[in-house]
Amino acid sequence: MLIIEDLQVELAGRTLLKDIDLQIRPGETHILFGPNGSGKTSLLMTIMGYPQYVVKKGRITFGGTDITHAPIDERAALGIGMSYQRPPTINGLKTRQMLDICAKRTIDAGEMARSLNFEDFLDRDVNAGFSGGEIKRSELLQLKAQNPDLMLFDEPESGVDIENMALIGTTIAQILEKESPRAGNTKPVAQQWKERTKMGLIITHTGYILDYVPADKGQVLFNGVLACAGNPREIFQCIGQLGYEECVKCTL
Amino acid sequence: MYTVTELEEKARRALDKKATFGDDIDLDSFDRTFVPHKYLAEEEICALPEDEQKRLIMSGLDVTDKGRGGTYFQKDTAVIHCHSDEEGIEVMPVTEALKKHDWVKEYFWQLVPVDQDKYTASAFLELHDGYVIRALPGSKSIYPIQACLYLDKENLQQNVHNLIIAEEGSELHIITGCATSPHMRRGVHVGISEFFVKKGAKLSFTMIHNWAEEMSVRPRSVARVEEGGVFINNYICMKPVRSIQMYPTTHLVGNDATAMFYSVIVGTPGSYLDIGGRIFLKNSGCRAEIVQRSISNGAHIINRGHLIGEAPDIKAHLECKGLLIGGGIIDSIPQLEGHVEGVDMSHEAAVGKLAEEEINYLMSRGISQEQATSTIVRGFLNVDIKGLPGLLKEEIDRTIDTSNRDTM
Repeated sequence: MLIIEDLQVELAGRTLLKDIDLQIRPGETHILFGPNGSGKTSLLMTIMGYPQYVVKKGRITFGGTDITHAPIDERAALGIGMSYQRPPTINGLKTRQMLDICAKRTIDAGEMARSLNFEDFLDRDVNAGFSGGEIKRSELLQLKAQNPDLMLFDEPESGVDIENMALIGTTIAQILEKESPRAGNTKPVAQQWKERTKMGLIITHTGYILDYVPADKGQVLFNGVLACAGNPREIFQCIGQLGYEECVKCTL
Repeated sequence: MYTVTELEEKARRALDKKATFGDDIDLDSFDRTFVPHKYLAEEEICALPEDEQKRLIMSGLDVTDKGRGGTYFQKDTAVIHCHSDEEGIEVMPVTEALKKHDWVKEYFWQLVPVDQDKYTASAFLELHDGYVIRALPGSKSIYPIQACLYLDKENLQQNVHNLIIAEEGSELHIITGCATSPHMRRGVHVGISEFFVKKGAKLSFTMIHNWAEEMSVRPRSVARVEEGGVFINNYICMKPVRSIQMYPTTHLVGNDATAMFYSVIVGTPGSYLDIGGRIFLKNSGCRAEIVQRSISNGAHIINRGHLIGEAPDIKAHLECKGLLIGGGIIDSIPQLEGHVEGVDMSHEAAVGKLAEEEINYLMSRGISQEQATSTIVRGFLNVDIKGLPGLLKEEIDRTIDTSNRDTM
């Protein structure tokens, strides 16, 4: 379980996030909405532990451990992972090797890449010359290999063409254990749902991801403050009709 | 062709001539007298002390001779082992070859000027030995030939002259290691190498240096590549050394001749490494590529790269990347010279530090900061060398891996 309490975060002396309270329970996936520059990526980077995002107030706990000031690798070891919007290129490191790093063992990269139609990229340097959509598939593949409990997605649909959207969407649903239950499983569906452990926090602008991932909750981040929480589809619909300007009223 | 007397006169006049680049070495403070060593049979090489074997293996010499087509092994001034297992590939000590075969004189000092500087002069006047490796026309080496120039005697100046000849249509791969014994500290290595790549031949030459902290090294090499020939020159130096200055030059004289230089250098504090490369593209269709990767941990590294396009329809590229980790200087000097219309020449050079963003990215995949750093550095040193046999490529990767773990 992820618990964020009264969080205030600065980047280079400027306050980006304040009064953030957020809880994600095992099995839950939340959607994070908000206009550009509202602090969505900053929140994800803070949860992941990027040192330039300085926590000035409040607390982050994950799985009962206070991680407010823990380094990135410790958080990764505890089971937090991220799919980046614009990850850096690592020259000389093959995507295949990166997957072994993520999985902490030698894995059958070819087998894993097949599901994301990414075999041809395994012997290319990580992110080197990848298109927007290719980066997203590469990030998902890494996350799949890493298999963390809490997955942070920074705009997983941006730059993805229509053809690949379904692939990205269903893969995210799958790794977050949000796929439709399959027939033939002896366990009752209610029990299967209860036993889910994966948690997700997904930033979206387009809302496409909602067509694939049945999210539990939506959150709107506006000017560094969580303006509202509720049904993700309802929130998305509201933003679509009234725009983010409407959020101003809720933050007053 | 010069007569010996002419060469000698020239050499004598150049005895005090400083090199164009690099710090000057006082050769008078070193010993050049011959050091006798017993010739070793193959099984005796395998019986060398373990720490010596380790040094040799790090420099590419496989003492068991497995996966090798032949061996030349020189300790100090003496040849202690020399043989070839492959048909069509000759491996001989140069002093013996000069006495036995007239044709050797046609190559000796033909490319490197004997009066280039005091190092070439000294190598002529007080030559110890060196190797001649020749692939006969059309022969293909299955396994690489290994050559090792080993220094054991403290304060020795080792003078070596090598001739490497790939006859028409042949294919030859050489891995050559230069190393010092574990106890040795101070010395000089002067190595003259002349490469002849004939029509349609392919030659790869991989040099791995494993020197001691007070060693000074002055290789002098020139290559001549004829029509359709390919010359691949790899250089790896990741161990402490006091001073290296080299500026290997290649003349692509035939149509469609190709040269590729790849170097991987890691410099530690106190090292002065002036390492360059120059390729003349003299005929249409010639191709050249220089790829340099250097890391300074506190060393002064100078990377020179010079491409000279003298004919239309040539293509040349120079890529020079430096990484500063923990002090030092990297001075990158790429140079392009086009003499006619229709040349296609480019370069990219960069000197930088480890990117925080990349370290954090890898850490978020679950590895520590140290592991992330070493992964990025390893990636940086990963040069995609084209045209090498798979086994040799794996071996180079392994060498870089091991040295990377040792130095980082």
